[in-house]
Amino acid sequence: MKPRAIYVHVPFCEQICHYCDFNKFFLKNQPVDEYLTDCDTEMKWTVEKFPNGPIKSVYVGGGTPTSLSTAQLRKLLRSIKHHFQIKDPEAIEFTVEVNPGSADREKLHMMREEGANRLSIGVQTFDADLLQKIGRDHKPNDVLETIDRSREAGFDNISIDLMFGLPGQTMEQFEDTIHKALALNIEHVSAYSLKVEAKTVFYQLAQKGKLPLPSEDAEADMYERLIERLTEAGFSMYEISNFAKPGMESTHNLTYWENEQYYGIGAGAHGYVGGVRTRNHGPLPKYMKAIEDGNLPYLEEHPVPVREQMEEEMFMGLRKRAGVSMVAFEEKYGRSMSEVFGKTVETLQEREWVMIEDGRIKLTERGRFLGNEVFEQFLLQS
Amino acid sequence: MNNEKRIQRREKIRNFSIIAHIDHGKSTLADRILEKTSALTQREMKDQMLDAMDLERERGITIKLNAVQLRYKANDGEEYIFHLIDTPGHVDFTYEVSRSLAACEGALLIVDAAQGIEAQTLANVYLALDNDLEIIPVVNKIDLPSAEPDRVMQEVEDIIGLPKEDAIMASAKNGIGIEEILESIVDKVPAPPGDPAAPLQAMIFDSLYDPYRGIIVYIRIVEGTVKPGDKIRMMATEKEFEVQELGVFTPKPTVQEELTVGDVGYLVASIKNVSDSRVGDTITHADRPASDMLPGYRKLNPMVFCGLYPVDSNDYNDLREALEKLELNDAALQYEAETSQALGFGFRCGFLGLLHMEIIQERIEREFNIDLITTAPSVIYKVHTTDGELKQIDNPSKMPDAQKVDHVEEPYVKAEVMVPNDYVGSVMELCQKKRGDYQDMKYLDENRVVITYEIPLSEIVYDFFDTLKSSTKGYASFDYELIGYKESRLVKMDILLNGEQIDALSVIVHRDSAYQRGKSIVEKLKELIPRQQFEVPIQASIGQKIIARSTIKAMRKNVLAKCYGGDISRKRKLLEKQKEGKRRMKSVGNVEVPQEAFMSVLSMDDSDKK
Repeated sequence: MKPRAIYVHVPFCEQICHYCDFNKFFLKNQPVDEYLTDCDTEMKWTVEKFPNGPIKSVYVGGGTPTSLSTAQLRKLLRSIKHHFQIKDPEAIEFTVEVNPGSADREKLHMMREEGANRLSIGVQTFDADLLQKIGRDHKPNDVLETIDRSREAGFDNISIDLMFGLPGQTMEQFEDTIHKALALNIEHVSAYSLKVEAKTVFYQLAQKGKLPLPSEDAEADMYERLIERLTEAGFSMYEISNFAKPGMESTHNLTYWENEQYYGIGAGAHGYVGGVRTRNHGPLPKYMKAIEDGNLPYLEEHPVPVREQMEEEMFMGLRKRAGVSMVAFEEKYGRSMSEVFGKTVETLQEREWVMIEDGRIKLTERGRFLGNEVFEQFLLQS
Repeated sequence: MNNEKRIQRREKIRNFSIIAHIDHGKSTLADRILEKTSALTQREMKDQMLDAMDLERERGITIKLNAVQLRYKANDGEEYIFHLIDTPGHVDFTYEVSRSLAACEGALLIVDAAQGIEAQTLANVYLALDNDLEIIPVVNKIDLPSAEPDRVMQEVEDIIGLPKEDAIMASAKNGIGIEEILESIVDKVPAPPGDPAAPLQAMIFDSLYDPYRGIIVYIRIVEGTVKPGDKIRMMATEKEFEVQELGVFTPKPTVQEELTVGDVGYLVASIKNVSDSRVGDTITHADRPASDMLPGYRKLNPMVFCGLYPVDSNDYNDLREALEKLELNDAALQYEAETSQALGFGFRCGFLGLLHMEIIQERIEREFNIDLITTAPSVIYKVHTTDGELKQIDNPSKMPDAQKVDHVEEPYVKAEVMVPNDYVGSVMELCQKKRGDYQDMKYLDENRVVITYEIPLSEIVYDFFDTLKSSTKGYASFDYELIGYKESRLVKMDILLNGEQIDALSVIVHRDSAYQRGKSIVEKLKELIPRQQFEVPIQASIGQKIIARSTIKAMRKNVLAKCYGGDISRKRKLLEKQKEGKRRMKSVGNVEVPQEAFMSVLSMDDSDKK
């Protein structure tokens, strides 16, 4: 199957968040225009080498895509439509990540005009102190303004990102954030628990014992409360950390969980094309040098053997509420799931971490909280 | 060579070793001496030439002895033959030190110009005095800003009775005083005695296993002459061999036609087993034996025992092979197969002391690539049962039931701690806590004190040394010797995980501190054992009675939320790492227990530490 989804990475930020370990650079003095030209070139060569199927989703993420000027961002969106032959953007899911406060009316209108039809807004929390503690530069009110402007510009599919398990975060604070989020009348919520990653401010603090993270129990309580509140409000948890109003599930996100192929364009972006998982050079000089030398900017290329494909099918697929279809598995790999993972599934069923329903294997509620314990079991060897 | 020539040659031989505390610069001085005597070309010079094993270099300690032959052209125009015999610098290896000193007529005593004399140095000085060695004091590192050579020299005179005028001021690092040292070796260290025509007496002061040639023994010829082809006999083990090769280290092994009185070198004779060539034994000729052994031979007995188990039970045979290989090179290492209900098949191993134990563990993990679980170290308890039997127990789980025990004896050591005045309080507090009996306190000068305690060996085998160092900001130095067994009110404490008694976690404790220890152990285990799929109670019991308990809560949440922008490999790596982490844990009664938990039963909890 040819790739039908595109991820494009904009590695610039006007402020670096304390928890973020994505590939990103402080915007000032960066060769942004050259970068956009190189992305255009990368798209051209990529499509030549790996022709695309009918595109169903585009996701422009970062970094901070909205840190680009209106003209720059327009150029990028046009490159995408041009190279991947997207004739009717309205027919696909076309998402741009937005930082509250960095998207003015003009930029939002331009985005909508160019065909973007879904926004993903990095809200994280509505607590002003917490926002400051995690290094975000926006204020809680910026979110309301950004959403109002987005609606005005014609966006009718808006998602927000929330975080829990933040340093010093209490259940009351998180409950308040959920409450305010629901009042926004949005279509989609992604909620992530903080994970402290190396090379971040938080990692430094944690090493020094100065990062007061909530306990495992407190974090589990927050996750529980989140599910409860969003479900009451008419959202369905279609994936471990994603919630949507009926019919508003993210096509792009599902590409990953369905173990389908996708393009990864830009510095540090990851792709899955021609059966190979690719990872682009992260540092701009390296990325740009590769393009200048006439090469695709791959740092790593990993052809995925069938064993790994099957493993990934499971540990990604089980993240979805719908789970993994046993029939589809057998059609795809020519071997039945019970032949490959029979014993694992049995053990996990005994523990009541997974269940089988309508020919699909799914996580139970307890299994969902212990997802990594379940997924680990599907690694055949290592 | 005829006997006359042999005697002339003997007069030019100087056998000496270097006594120093760790870090006082022994290896650096040895390097300088090698340089000055041009034993090595510049190209061959590696820093700290004598410490061969990586581990030694990393830890900055010398484990195996070395004996190097050097040629020195002295100021009197004559060429002298030096044998520099290196000694290990740790309390675990006192016996090996005493044997290598016995191979010498002189010793350089290195004292750090800033630190002064340490307990361990002192112990070795006494060993040197016991062997009637000529001691040449060297105050090293005199160019350090913190150096106080006058004070240190005065200390040398006060404590050891060596005139302070005799001390040589040196900086091995910067080559100061090296020539003076070499000259005083010529002048002061006596030439070795002995008759080259007498029946052979050669003392073994070390041995080394070579996979191709068998055991290589390091010897000092005290009487007589030995040549290749000679039939020799080990006087203690009564094993006989034929000499294949003789030589000296320059420091490269260099073959010789004979070794004669005063010589220090090596001997190869198809010796298969290290236990046939014990350190301290005397080699003589089979057909013309000496009438007596050289004095001082003693079979080394391990003092500290622990269980070594492979994390992966498939590694059991590899572990056995590793121990077999290490034993070839290390007469003091003992092991026998044992089985633990919790850990499966493994070995109970005996060591000279804690450092020895750590070194063996590290070598197994590093050189043989086997992940190990080490149980808490134990000593040998003498258990008198109610039916009048005496049992020697080296594994707490083997302790008979309390009602069958009449009384228990445990080994005690005399511990000497040398410490600046300011820390006397903390040292005494620590020794009291470790069930020590106060013996004596001696002021060496206004500031330095030697405190003597009798302490159960079991109390110092675990973290005594670390705690001592940390509670005295590193100033204390420490030495101990075994003084015998004493009766103690000891009980076995068992640990139960998830209701199941885990034999590998049993520990023998003093009755008076049992409750407190039980509490601290269960808390420590709670900290170290990660949350499991279910709630895990941890209990400490004496007999049937539970004396402490705690609970590890069931794991509630472990799920990765982020999608990492399509970076699936990263998700995979994270899961693989998680899985690998579990592989390094031991599943005990359905509970995944990390390696360090098995050692933790002996550690005090942090609030106990100062």
